[in-house]
Amino acid sequence: MLASLNARALLLSLVLLAVLLGLWEAASPKQQLAGELTEYELLMGGGEPKAAVPPPSAVFAKAWEELSDPFYDAGPNDKGIGIQIGYSLYRVLSGYFLAAAIAIPVGFLIGMSPLMYKALDPFIQVLRPISPLAWMPLALFVIQDSQASAIFVIFICSIWPMLINTAFGVAGVRKDWVNVARTHELGALKTAWIVILPAAAPTILTGMRISIGIAWLVIVAAEMLVGGTGIGYYVWNEWNNLDLTSVVFSILVIGVVGMLLDTAFAYCARLVQYQE
Amino acid sequence: MSTPFLSVQNLSKRFKAPKGEDALTVFENVNLGIEKGEFVCIIGHSGCGKSTILNILAGLDEPSEGGVIMNGKEVSGPSLDRGIVFQNYSLLPWLSALKNVTFAVQARHKSWSKKQVHEHSMKYLEMVGLAGGAELRKPSQLSGGMRQRVSIARAFAIQPELLLLDEPFGALDALTRGSIQDELIRIWSGSDQTVFMITHDVDEAILLADRILLMTNGPYARVAESVQVEIPRPRERANIIHHSDYYDIRNHLVEFLATRSKALAGKQEDGGTSEPSIVRFGAHGVLSDPKDDRKPAVSRAK
Repeated sequence: MLASLNARALLLSLVLLAVLLGLWEAASPKQQLAGELTEYELLMGGGEPKAAVPPPSAVFAKAWEELSDPFYDAGPNDKGIGIQIGYSLYRVLSGYFLAAAIAIPVGFLIGMSPLMYKALDPFIQVLRPISPLAWMPLALFVIQDSQASAIFVIFICSIWPMLINTAFGVAGVRKDWVNVARTHELGALKTAWIVILPAAAPTILTGMRISIGIAWLVIVAAEMLVGGTGIGYYVWNEWNNLDLTSVVFSILVIGVVGMLLDTAFAYCARLVQYQE
Repeated sequence: MSTPFLSVQNLSKRFKAPKGEDALTVFENVNLGIEKGEFVCIIGHSGCGKSTILNILAGLDEPSEGGVIMNGKEVSGPSLDRGIVFQNYSLLPWLSALKNVTFAVQARHKSWSKKQVHEHSMKYLEMVGLAGGAELRKPSQLSGGMRQRVSIARAFAIQPELLLLDEPFGALDALTRGSIQDELIRIWSGSDQTVFMITHDVDEAILLADRILLMTNGPYARVAESVQVEIPRPRERANIIHHSDYYDIRNHLVEFLATRSKALAGKQEDGGTSEPSIVRFGAHGVLSDPKDDRKPAVSRAK
């Protein structure tokens, strides 16, 4: 009997992982050795495995190779995974923080003023459901720069959850707390800083966490379109190279980076959490 | 007649009713005065508008008619001159007990240094028995009684001209309530604080108040009587019950709440000047005739 629930969960996770990897490995067709083939078969590509998803062993070998030298740069089409991730993170974070810089103040405004809420709500409702990639052609035409367009697409997709959650959090601050500010004659800025921001912070952080998740989903697609650099471009480029091992490897990397981003924001959310 | 420190004049509150119907009048023609340093309790059934009166005194609510004058100035909007303790404590849950007090002290004394603010805040927290580390806890880590102590410390620390208490002990158990009542009376005696307090607890009102205002039931509620509590201070819960006036006052209050608050309820035809009638108790029992609330009380003892 294992002591803690966490330890038992970890064990079960590891067992599941081992079973899945084992099944995957077993399902992959074995490659014949080159020596067993005739010259004709080799010329005809008989040495290649049948078109199939590479086995985990191949993916691990690839991962080891890539991760042992993540920052090499051998020309435009051959960069290390670290560099590609770096480009993607740069675009995601710059678009994201640009969005935060606008969404949070505007969310405050909407949350504090019913007039502004009613006036801006139709715009938000129309703009919010638009797929961020639908903006891409317009962004490319107006901005005329594929890098900046990718950042714009991240900006436009991450602004809505932050805007709506900030407005919601600010509008929902308990009246008692606002009255505390009023009876202590706090000015508008001090009220926002001492009472409303801390009171709404957990809701705002939730919006920020949703946004960073969406931004990371969208960057892969955006980079497939704009090309050049980034993890999205890397996936598509390896598909064009028919290097499925790299494709599987990069899919895993996208998942891990996304998880790390989410964990970081979950940690920040815990810092501003309060108990009533 | 000189104007009292706080004067409430012809105060009414009406709520707009859904289309067509008459406006709902919670209370009307409420007149009362409070002298500096006086401790006044107000008692009445729920719905009679006690809390609305308190909120209007605080400047958090607006009267439909009438006005409040404090210290020669009309009350409009909330101010640091009027401190409030709410039943639900109203502490900011993300700040420690100490920070909940310091931000208020800082707001009151903008020119003070951090050290001055800290010392002043600690003085009041110690007065209510929060020291030695407890002041660094968040409200969620404190018991209900402790939270209300912080709230009281905050209200006294800003030294308002008028302290408003909205059923401050309503959510506390009887034992905790008793000990905080003692603390409240101790802190209050050491100050010249004017207090206006809402309570549902008759014994609490007699223990704390110089004067108890009795409200009739709403709608059209009004302050019908003003009962003088002349039991000498310092009062203690243990021996106040042996004072000869105690049960006379208590019976009077209970009887008012049980029957007369209903009997006197309803719209006053003559409107006009409805000053509460004054009721005093001396060694010989009740001096005014409580049945005839329109007749001003005559003191026989003096």
